[in-house]
Amino acid sequence: MSEQLALLPGYGIAHLRLTLVALAVGAALSVPAGIWVTRRKSLEPGILGVASVIQTIPSLALLAIMVPALGALGALTASWFGVSLRSIGYVPAVIALTLYSVLPILRNTVTGIEGVDPALVEAARGVGMTPGQRLARVELPLALPVIVAGVRTAAVWVVGTATLSTPVGATSLGNFIFSGLQTRNTTAVLVGCVAAAALALALDQTIRLLEVGARRRSRGLLAAAGAVLLLLYGVTAASVAFERLGGGERSLRIGAKAFTEQYILAELMAQQVARGTGRPTEIVSSLGSTVAFDALRSGDLDVYVDYSGTIWATIMKRGGSFVDRDTVLAEVSRFLSREHGIRVLGSLGFENTYALGMRADRAESLGLRRIGDLPRVAERLEIGGDYEFFQRAEWKALVEAYGLAFRAERSMDPALMYQAVATGDVDVISAFSTDGRIAAYDIVLLQDERGVIPPYDAILLVGPRIAEAEPGVAAALESLVGALDAGTMQRLNLAVDRDGRAPADVARGFLDAGRAPE
Amino acid sequence: MIELEELTKRYADSVAVDRLSLRVAAGEVLVLLGGSGCGKTTTLKMINRLIEPTSGRVRLDGRDTAEIEPHSLRRGIGYAFQAVGLFPHMSVAGNIGVTPQLLGWPDARVRERVDALLELVELEPAGFRERLPHQLSGGQQQRVGLARALAAEPRVLLLDEPFGALDPLTRDRLQQSFQAIRSRLGLTAVFVTHDMVEALLLGDRIAVMRDGALVQVGTPEQLLREPAGDYVADLMATPRRQAEVMERYLEGGGR
Repeated sequence: MSEQLALLPGYGIAHLRLTLVALAVGAALSVPAGIWVTRRKSLEPGILGVASVIQTIPSLALLAIMVPALGALGALTASWFGVSLRSIGYVPAVIALTLYSVLPILRNTVTGIEGVDPALVEAARGVGMTPGQRLARVELPLALPVIVAGVRTAAVWVVGTATLSTPVGATSLGNFIFSGLQTRNTTAVLVGCVAAAALALALDQTIRLLEVGARRRSRGLLAAAGAVLLLLYGVTAASVAFERLGGGERSLRIGAKAFTEQYILAELMAQQVARGTGRPTEIVSSLGSTVAFDALRSGDLDVYVDYSGTIWATIMKRGGSFVDRDTVLAEVSRFLSREHGIRVLGSLGFENTYALGMRADRAESLGLRRIGDLPRVAERLEIGGDYEFFQRAEWKALVEAYGLAFRAERSMDPALMYQAVATGDVDVISAFSTDGRIAAYDIVLLQDERGVIPPYDAILLVGPRIAEAEPGVAAALESLVGALDAGTMQRLNLAVDRDGRAPADVARGFLDAGRAPE
Repeated sequence: MIELEELTKRYADSVAVDRLSLRVAAGEVLVLLGGSGCGKTTTLKMINRLIEPTSGRVRLDGRDTAEIEPHSLRRGIGYAFQAVGLFPHMSVAGNIGVTPQLLGWPDARVRERVDALLELVELEPAGFRERLPHQLSGGQQQRVGLARALAAEPRVLLLDEPFGALDPLTRDRLQQSFQAIRSRLGLTAVFVTHDMVEALLLGDRIAVMRDGALVQVGTPEQLLREPAGDYVADLMATPRRQAEVMERYLEGGGR
């Protein structure tokens, strides 16, 4: 608990920074747009329609789509103006959250202004106000409570949605939730949820004060609410300034996808770099799978661990027939270096492959040992897979090669998948071969005797800039190459997943002792 | 002096005002009288360009109003209407002082003017200055509306049934106030009403409108003695009948 609470100020302020900036920019865009719409009625359906469509995009997708979008935009600005944009982290998150805040503010601005009594509009014209004076002195003051109510709605939405900016690399209270779910740390999940809810309530109530103040035209209330908001903005601005002053050298960014093994590996790399070079590091965790690769390519990440088969199948679009480990590794290395300037330091020494897993007793009673045994019983069985599994080339290859046809395919969170097979909710899962929960839940992996699934060597990737400019970093990390076999990795994972130890802790123990806990 | 020349307002499928020509002399109160939909309010609003005419011309002291910026035109013309339209977020003083403020009067002069106007419309300045519109009765709101229309010392006043929504006693008191004010200030005004008695009471001349056209214009006596046609005669019959009833009671006769 105290471990998690220690992270709270950092995550909380990062969350606040995302929220407040998105709200301020959102309001600065939406209020003028709303006013403009009321002056030109013909635009109203179009503009409100666009805002509504943005709102219907699932928030996680809107956030994720910002990464390649900014990447493409960054490539353009780099070639035109020599300025590249950061495509992961704060910027894409703020842009997506800003877009998300537009609709309620825009809609309420329009409703507020259109709701002004026509007699008052006539009076304003009658006493000789220009259109601008009418807006500033009559329409806006009278619409203000409705506009502020819109900002309040937006604030609550944005605080909630900001927890989803973790997978695009922006630190937020979502870090508690994403890593907590993956490492089965309920405390972390709860801390994240409670903190986000408290922040939403606090902002909501502060803005409610503004709304009441505007409605009652009470200077005191407006001043009090304004002071609280100013204070919040002050804290976030100070935190930005503090960061700027503190960090002279840009810290090395180490990426981790959203599962236990990746958290541990990121910690291992960070500690290894710190021991070897003394360079400051920063772990950007819980990234989406392709987000991590895009970020490494564009220089927003410096190092992370990916799997040879993932690059082979999803980036190089290869697959199908059986290929051996060394060939895949060699071809992936050559491809990454040639196409993207990314350096593959080597395999860490283990494979984390997709494998079909079943509860041991169930597999035995059905007489299943190899995937080739599955087709005769598959129509009575259900299979569970992570979110991407059923879309991946490996699955299609499996289905084709073995003629698999299950009764049902269910996508679920990887953290829940193992539990689902253990309790019998599904019969087969797409397990990750190094996952500690395989041993913990007594799961057996069915042999892929035709070698349809490509090899998944864990490989250390170093981004183009660091590969060239900082040989010290690569040297420090090279000592990890070949240092972990599959059994070691499984035990490290298990220490987190079953024993509830912190990834940083497990990594430190391994580096100190040179081996995994038993 | 206000001159309307062949003033016309045409909408897609109707003619609201049809080639109306009228003159209002300086210091005169002209009443526009007619039933609802006769075009009297449209005519009034074309004078301060709240509605733009389809054709025809309005001259104010000889100057074509089409050549004046609408907002500066309106700052020189007082305007009061039945809905009053007091700004709910401004005090009584703020409402009355709005046009002088737009004209850039110094604050002290605005304050003085507000107090003078409150006295003119018979509201005690100290007690009313800082009140908000929702703290006033209907009659008080109309008085403030009238004060706001008079605030910038306009050459011309336009009034659109300003006392229409009030109870008879309050209306009577306000009509008397208005009479007192106009004789004191020598106002030039156009006053729209559908109330025959009000027209007779307040108008130096009355212009009777029907279906967007002018039926007859003249002094109350002229309209009573020589009505141009049945419509005007019918309009005049009602107050005449009421007056006769009253007279009989006063003479002790009864029905």
